[in-house]
Amino acid sequence: MKTLLVISGLALGLAGAAFANNLLINGAGATFPFPIYSKWFSEYNKLHPDVQINYQSIGSGGGIKQIIERTVDFGASDAPMTEEELKKAPGVVHIPTVMGAVVVVYNLPGVGSLRLSPETLANVFLGKVQNWSDAAIAKDNPGAKLPDSAIAVVHRSDGSGTTAVFTDYLAKVSPEWKSGPGAGKSVNWPVGLGGKGNEGVTGTVKQTEGGIGYVELAYANQNKLLMVDLKNHDGQWVKASLDSVSAAAAKAEIPADYRVSITDAPGKEAYPISAFTYLLVYKDQADPAKGQALIHFLWWAIHDGQKMASALDYAPLPGPLVKKVEATLQSITVQGKAVLANRK
Amino acid sequence: MTAAREPERAPESAPARVNVPDRVWSGGLLLLGLAVLVVAAIIVAELVHIGGPAILHTGVVAFVRNSVWDVTRDVFGALPFIYGTLVTSAVALVLALPVSVGLALFLTEMAPPSVRSIVSFPISLLAGIPSVVYGLWGLFVLVPLLRRPVEPLLAKTLGFLPLFQGPPIGLGYLAAGIVLAIMILPTITSIAIEVLQTVPGTLREGALALGATRWEAIRVSVLPYARAGIVGATMLGLGRALGETMAVTMVIGNSPTIRASLFSPGYSLPAVIANEFAEASGDLHTGALAALALLLFAVTVVLNIAARLLVRMSRRGPTRVAA
Repeated sequence: MKTLLVISGLALGLAGAAFANNLLINGAGATFPFPIYSKWFSEYNKLHPDVQINYQSIGSGGGIKQIIERTVDFGASDAPMTEEELKKAPGVVHIPTVMGAVVVVYNLPGVGSLRLSPETLANVFLGKVQNWSDAAIAKDNPGAKLPDSAIAVVHRSDGSGTTAVFTDYLAKVSPEWKSGPGAGKSVNWPVGLGGKGNEGVTGTVKQTEGGIGYVELAYANQNKLLMVDLKNHDGQWVKASLDSVSAAAAKAEIPADYRVSITDAPGKEAYPISAFTYLLVYKDQADPAKGQALIHFLWWAIHDGQKMASALDYAPLPGPLVKKVEATLQSITVQGKAVLANRK
Repeated sequence: MTAAREPERAPESAPARVNVPDRVWSGGLLLLGLAVLVVAAIIVAELVHIGGPAILHTGVVAFVRNSVWDVTRDVFGALPFIYGTLVTSAVALVLALPVSVGLALFLTEMAPPSVRSIVSFPISLLAGIPSVVYGLWGLFVLVPLLRRPVEPLLAKTLGFLPLFQGPPIGLGYLAAGIVLAIMILPTITSIAIEVLQTVPGTLREGALALGATRWEAIRVSVLPYARAGIVGATMLGLGRALGETMAVTMVIGNSPTIRASLFSPGYSLPAVIANEFAEASGDLHTGALAALALLLFAVTVVLNIAARLLVRMSRRGPTRVAA
């Protein structure tokens, strides 16, 4: 134990000495984009050895709290900040970084592909459709052999951005869902079992014949889960893929502050349960050195950084949106002075 | 050194003069003792401070009695969590107590010393397994077993009881109770062993000399003597069961509902706090979770007081032999 302490003390000391002249930027927030963010931070550090970015994936709620209290240089969140939260932190800008999606996964032996229309999906999670042989499901899947077995709904038990995106979609497509459970990070589920985290939901769905649940696309891809095809706003059946997720941001109307839900977005190829994840920074940076470095990093992230996204199962931002974010980054100032004004 | 010799010289009732090292020593100990109380008081104060607004928003009585937990609408009712905490702990005690006491009796009264040391080792090992490991084991081994064949079998044989009705999901009160039972088993067993070892051999020998069988000797002389200690051991186990978070979250099903059947999914106080705190949105939600923590604190205190009373009552038992 003692040796361990001494060694770690030495290591810390060495690390401290090595980075003594370096810039340490601190951030905290969402867990969902953590894999891509840590990749970005380490790649960016290779390009700019003097800039070190430290990120704690404590959850979106924590990220928002910390940027409000200014205990970090940037926050990160899957859900945009609410009006109430923005009032506590005037001048915070949302920078969309990558996109993710929520997919519906199921466990039905012998059923290799499954389609669910928005109404049916909502009714399953409302507990109104309780059997796989229900006429509503059969209507979406002509010719499929659906077993006469009970549907076991599985949802997240922990508060999560994944739940927020999924329930936001259900609230958009089903008035009954909107007036019932509603949208949020934790809602009052009418039916089902709660699993902790993506792994908890996946574990329960895998174990339960007739199970249906929702997880992040990246997680489903990496674990090769069977995903339900969904009907999008334009009435097309779409599979969840990085392309169909990026497509959801292409035609959606995106306001200047990017605080928008792009679930059920228009577009033929658009996957309906897609969402941005954001970095949160103050529009006027107080610390000159850190502010400069942070803005340059963000510029890099929305350009070069995007190329690393798909390898890690995140959908890159569509081109026109990148142009828009460029303008936003150019408007960020350090002690009142523009940093990227002339950058192209 | 001098302090240690002092009492030898002075008679017991005499010391009227001030003894500085003793004073310092006892003052320091008092301070350390008070520190525990102060920490507890700070915890309560902080929980009241954070949770107060949410409790006032809902109303104290409604908060404890309502059974709807709807965060999006700021509706907070804690009853399903209280119910789940108590039910899973009760299941755990019912399952663990007979096994623990039986095991302790076997090891102290029947087993040869070599067996005792061999068996005691895995018991203490059980106590050292992290709760998340119990949770994973519960999720991947126990729950599938419960789904098929245990729960259907229980429904077939004991299905006339409301406790064993409904679809066999696997995740639920029963799964949580069983995992908790295994977790508190080493606590109760090892303390019960300690307690049973303090039973004077003369009691046993006396009973046997009067012609009692081994079982009768245990029943009339060993168990009554050890009763208070076994109750205490049980309460320590119960304390662990009430507060267990990780393992319970993984197998209870996390559904804030109140159902009679042990097969149904439920929720517990620590589980909901662990699940929702990290992403709690807004002060009211955070506050409601702090209020749940306060409630868990209250439940623990009430049960501990009850345990104390129970221990005191069993000490007054008629067969108690003065030590």
